Amino acid sequence: MAEIMYWEGLRRAHDEEMARDPLVICMGEDIGVAGGTYKATKDLYEKYGEKRVMDTPISEGGYTGLGIGASFVGIRPIIEIMSVNFAWLAMDQMFNSAAKVRYMSGGQLTAPCVFRSAGGTAHQLGAQHSARMEKVFMGVAGLRVVTPSNPKQAYGLLKSAVRSDDPVFVYEHELMYNMKGEVPDEEYFHPLEGSEVSRSGNDVTLFGYNISVHWCLKAAEILEKQYGISAEVVDLYALAPLDRAGIKKSISKTHRAVIAEEDEAPVGVGSEIIAIINEECFFELDAAPVRVHSALVPQPYNHKLEMAAIPDHQDVVNAVLKLFGKA
Amino acid sequence: MTLDDKKRVLREMVLHRRFEERCYQAYIERKIGGFLHLYPGQEACCNGVMEAARPGHDYVITGYRDHVHAIKCGTDPKIVMAELYGKETGCSKGRGGSMHIFDVAHRFMGGYALVGGPFPLAAGIAKGIQLKGGDEIAICFLGDAANNQGVFHETLNMAKVWNLPVLFVCENNQYGIGTAIHRSTAVLDQYKRACGYNIEAAQCDGQDIDIVHEHAKIAVDYVRSGKGPYFLELMTYRYRGHSMSDSRGYRTREEEEEWKQRDPINILRDRLIAAGELTMDEYTQIEKTTDDYIENEVIKFSEESPEPNVADLEKYVLA
Repeated sequence: MAEIMYWEGLRRAHDEEMARDPLVICMGEDIGVAGGTYKATKDLYEKYGEKRVMDTPISEGGYTGLGIGASFVGIRPIIEIMSVNFAWLAMDQMFNSAAKVRYMSGGQLTAPCVFRSAGGTAHQLGAQHSARMEKVFMGVAGLRVVTPSNPKQAYGLLKSAVRSDDPVFVYEHELMYNMKGEVPDEEYFHPLEGSEVSRSGNDVTLFGYNISVHWCLKAAEILEKQYGISAEVVDLYALAPLDRAGIKKSISKTHRAVIAEEDEAPVGVGSEIIAIINEECFFELDAAPVRVHSALVPQPYNHKLEMAAIPDHQDVVNAVLKLFGKA
Repeated sequence: MTLDDKKRVLREMVLHRRFEERCYQAYIERKIGGFLHLYPGQEACCNGVMEAARPGHDYVITGYRDHVHAIKCGTDPKIVMAELYGKETGCSKGRGGSMHIFDVAHRFMGGYALVGGPFPLAAGIAKGIQLKGGDEIAICFLGDAANNQGVFHETLNMAKVWNLPVLFVCENNQYGIGTAIHRSTAVLDQYKRACGYNIEAAQCDGQDIDIVHEHAKIAVDYVRSGKGPYFLELMTYRYRGHSMSDSRGYRTREEEEEWKQRDPINILRDRLIAAGELTMDEYTQIEKTTDDYIENEVIKFSEESPEPNVADLEKYVLA
């Protein structure tokens, strides 16, 4: 098992799938000759040529729709949208065309394409380059949403997304591309549904996904060492559909929940998980669930303001302490 | 087109006209719900282009005024009407409705209800054809108003950059919903906008099927030979409103009458009569046979078909 970076996992998935199937293509801004903003398609232009590694114009709605159309006739496009903020421009095609076509055609047509995009707050990128928005994608019927928290998932989820007959949105994070982790040497497909217990614990469940899994893991360590609280960390790598059974299982064990998300609060992963807990296992709860999230502001440029707007592991620790009446 | 072809196409156009008029009646009777966009007046556009192409082989995609395009590709009118009735036997199993007719077996890739939405989808289908090396082309039928959407410009640009085998057919019926083209659009000749993307383009009368066919043949041959995209603008008119809730207060009855003087079915009919290939009695008989077919088969099938099972509500969301 080799230790590689998150972007290398993505690149390996592209490469293996493109080598296997000539109908797998990738497209996006600067992904070819330039090798990709986050290197997920590095050297693939040289290997597979411009017909399969397509440098697109800066026309997110247009090229996303074009990829979807290609998927109608058997092509498997991996469509990279450089920043999730730009995906707003492509939402019409993702939602109205890709996500709905199977249903509105009575199952005749499907859009087996992959949308990859980087979201999240990086370093002082300002309001229009720092948004999240997974909360918008996860509420659309007909669209799968996955979000890798480590290189193994980045590799395995993208592999599975390419093979899926449904459109899949792969939500990545700008700060995670250089993260290192072990990835199996042999081919590996990560399930597109479910959740993972990243750390086992008994007193409280910390739900995270993507970057917030790492806040939760760090918080769990602090909670154990400094406060003697045993926290379980559940990695919700699949945001649509959410793993109701996995959420219920962990709450039935720990009876307490904290949900950590980088997205802002009104309408989001946190509120959805709290709703699921209410629906599935309300009487298992020993305390009201707490959510940790960003402030409802367009992301500020100033570094201090930026840090104040988004949560981190300390906010997760504080939420847990509050839950236990220790803060 | 041979004379036999023209006689066949006349029968088809009568079917297309009477089918749509029967939809109107069924809508009034509340057998059909939702929105309903009808095609009368524009029949020479779809028929002229598709006679130059290969229906069932070439991929066709369009907007929400889609019944006739599907039928022309080979879809059984019965399952189109059953779809409008919301029945399980409908081409989209009652899940789509008037604006979402699909028949992938006949390569009718769907009706879409977001104006301009099919532009990039058509180019994507063409990209797929190009990658797989087939001899099909993608044909995208949309109205003039769709050209004011951003994806029109994005798609034409990409289609030219990548030399995609796609034919854009602009059925210019002069109105975007209820707004006249001169009130919404800076450039009235739509083919000129395609020229802005270095795309081969032409404009012609959309009421005379011989003229449409002649221009469409040039366009189809151009695209099929691998030369890249083509944009064909057809000047036409829809007799009815944009949809059923439209009382046409934005235009005069005189203007409508003027266009009806150049009715696409009458033009073809009169030409065949003048050539001694058809009599008025025979034409009247075609209309009657068509109406009988629609009533006794199309409507009967739709009326008698079952509705979808509510237990299947979530079927077809994910694969």
